[in-house]
Amino acid sequence: MPNLVSDFTTGRYDVGFQTKMPPAISAFLRALILPMLGVLVFTLLWSFSASKIDTSLGKFPGPGAVAEQVVNLYNEHQASREKELAFYERQEQRNAARIAKDPTYIPKTRTFTGKETFVDQIGTSLMTVLSGFILAAIIAIPLGIAIGLSKSLNTAINPIIQIFKPVSPLAWLPLVTMVVSALYVSSDPMFAKSYIVSLITVTLCCLWPMVMNTSVGVASLNSDWTNVSRVLRLPTLTHIRKIVLPASVPAIFTGMRLSLGIAWMVLIAAEMLAQNPGLGKFVWDEFQNGSSSSLSRIMTAVLVIGLIGFMLDRSMLLLQRWLSWDKSTQVR
Amino acid sequence: MEPLLNISKIDMVFPTPKGDFTALKDVDLQIQKGEFISLIGHSGCGKSTVLNVVAGLYNPTQGGVLLNDREVLEPGPERAVVFQNHSLLPWLTAYQNVELAVDQVFAKNKSPAEKKEWIEYNLKLVHMDHAMHKRPDEISGGMKQRVGIARALAMQPEVLLMDEPFGALDALTRAHMQDSLMEIQEELNNTVIMITHDVDEAVLLSDRIVMMTNGPAATVGEILHVDLPRPRERLALAADPQYNHYRSEVLTFLYEKQRKVEPISTKTKDSAIKTDVKSTA
Ligand SMILES: Nc1ncnc2c1ncn2[C@@H]1O[C@H](COP(=O)(O)OP(=O)(O)O)[C@@H](O)[C@H]1O
Ligand SMILES: [Mg+2]
Repeated sequence: MPNLVSDFTTGRYDVGFQTKMPPAISAFLRALILPMLGVLVFTLLWSFSASKIDTSLGKFPGPGAVAEQVVNLYNEHQASREKELAFYERQEQRNAARIAKDPTYIPKTRTFTGKETFVDQIGTSLMTVLSGFILAAIIAIPLGIAIGLSKSLNTAINPIIQIFKPVSPLAWLPLVTMVVSALYVSSDPMFAKSYIVSLITVTLCCLWPMVMNTSVGVASLNSDWTNVSRVLRLPTLTHIRKIVLPASVPAIFTGMRLSLGIAWMVLIAAEMLAQNPGLGKFVWDEFQNGSSSSLSRIMTAVLVIGLIGFMLDRSMLLLQRWLSWDKSTQVR
Repeated sequence: MEPLLNISKIDMVFPTPKGDFTALKDVDLQIQKGEFISLIGHSGCGKSTVLNVVAGLYNPTQGGVLLNDREVLEPGPERAVVFQNHSLLPWLTAYQNVELAVDQVFAKNKSPAEKKEWIEYNLKLVHMDHAMHKRPDEISGGMKQRVGIARALAMQPEVLLMDEPFGALDALTRAHMQDSLMEIQEELNNTVIMITHDVDEAVLLSDRIVMMTNGPAATVGEILHVDLPRPRERLALAADPQYNHYRSEVLTFLYEKQRKVEPISTKTKDSAIKTDVKSTA
């Protein structure tokens, strides 16, 4: 079996392929066909083993059940949107009618309070992970640069980073929840408390990898480049802007990609744990629901979580390719 | 005549984990305006250290460097450096690399249009005007070194310091770069200190060749005046008895007087020195 796989990947089996076609096309086909083959084999294995697993909530969901739920979840979302539209339309009509009768009437507007659909939850999770990530970057990159530039600052802060780095952000969750409840009091909050809690959790887990990578990138600045800067007598700020920052862009991006990946995983867990809106809550609610379709809906969520994680990583990679001068960055 | 640059009785001691290491002892050298000086010596003797002291990147343990009678205490653009490893910023184009220097050095006394003209003039001087807007990873090693030289020249330095500027280039490119440098010298008549381990290069380019003794505690061994008329032609010189005399003087110094005594069981560091010297012979 292992032999067969390696024969496939080394291309020993497509000799006929290469003799007939120019290498560029054959390489393209291989890049297309091999992943498709992988997905196909996985789907077959999944389908086969799913049919063998019985749970108290029925059979383990196979590809078919998931496909069905994708359609269902989308339709539910559409239906909810229509309901919402209808609700606002009715409200507007009602208000218009009353104003027509009594011009002094001040119309009341209520917001629609339907249950959040799967698509809504995806939106919430994405919003949370991105805003938490951006907040972390705003804190971590300047801090990392400062630590990288100053040996004394590094010595002072390093123990703190080393202690907090291995702490799972989920351990912070209760503390964050309590602190946010205590401090974030406002009669008309701009953001929901749950959103703030999730956001801080994401920020906490993005912070350390970004600070570490940035500071290491800055500290290992090529000494030739610092010498150029010294010979030119660049002022500190120009030195940071023109030399330090661009030079550490590859390291900064490594930290950002790393932390975005962790953040996405942690956020889903945090949402499950804290019952905060998002994909994690969707999974947990379905699990609590325990209907016959629950497992297939959870399986759908799992795949969507994976796909989004993959897309987030690819987007970071594209951003890195676009912004970084170091084009040798690995694609993996 | 008062020298432009006075390297006065320099000692350089590096503190190392195994105790102090005296790299330079009593290095003394006076350089006139417009002179082209080569520093030659075996690898590891302390040539780069001398250059770094003049650049202000190192502070000497004893003695000091005077430029126009003012002590050198820190690096500055009036002592521009061309580093051995081009040291261009890889995220900037050739033009932008030179621009960084020009913006800094002429911040106040050149208008944007004048700056642009000055950057282009210097890139043209090193024959890089056709690839101004390429990044370092898109051009060859020789071209990178040209841009490095253009960047240094654009600072309009009083002394141009070059640390084995052509050391990493193949022989043909190196010859080409040497010709370019002579051409530029003819036009600008800069004061130059160039480190080299190439005997031909030293004789071809220099007014004086400063030969350094082996370290530790390296110092100036001999100084050779090269009185060959300029412009110099490498082909014509090959058969010139005067040229060959200078050449053999330097070779004698390096391989007889300052021969590296190499024990049989050399460390990797020492064997690197050996290959380095072979290429010059
Ligand atoms: N920063 C430093 N710390 C300790 N030793 C150094 C340092 N820089 C150079 N040296 C030592 O000084 C000697 C001369 O080095 P260098 O000037 O680079 O030689 P060269 O340029 O002639 O090859 C070498 O033995 C080197 O190991
Ligand atoms: Mg050196």
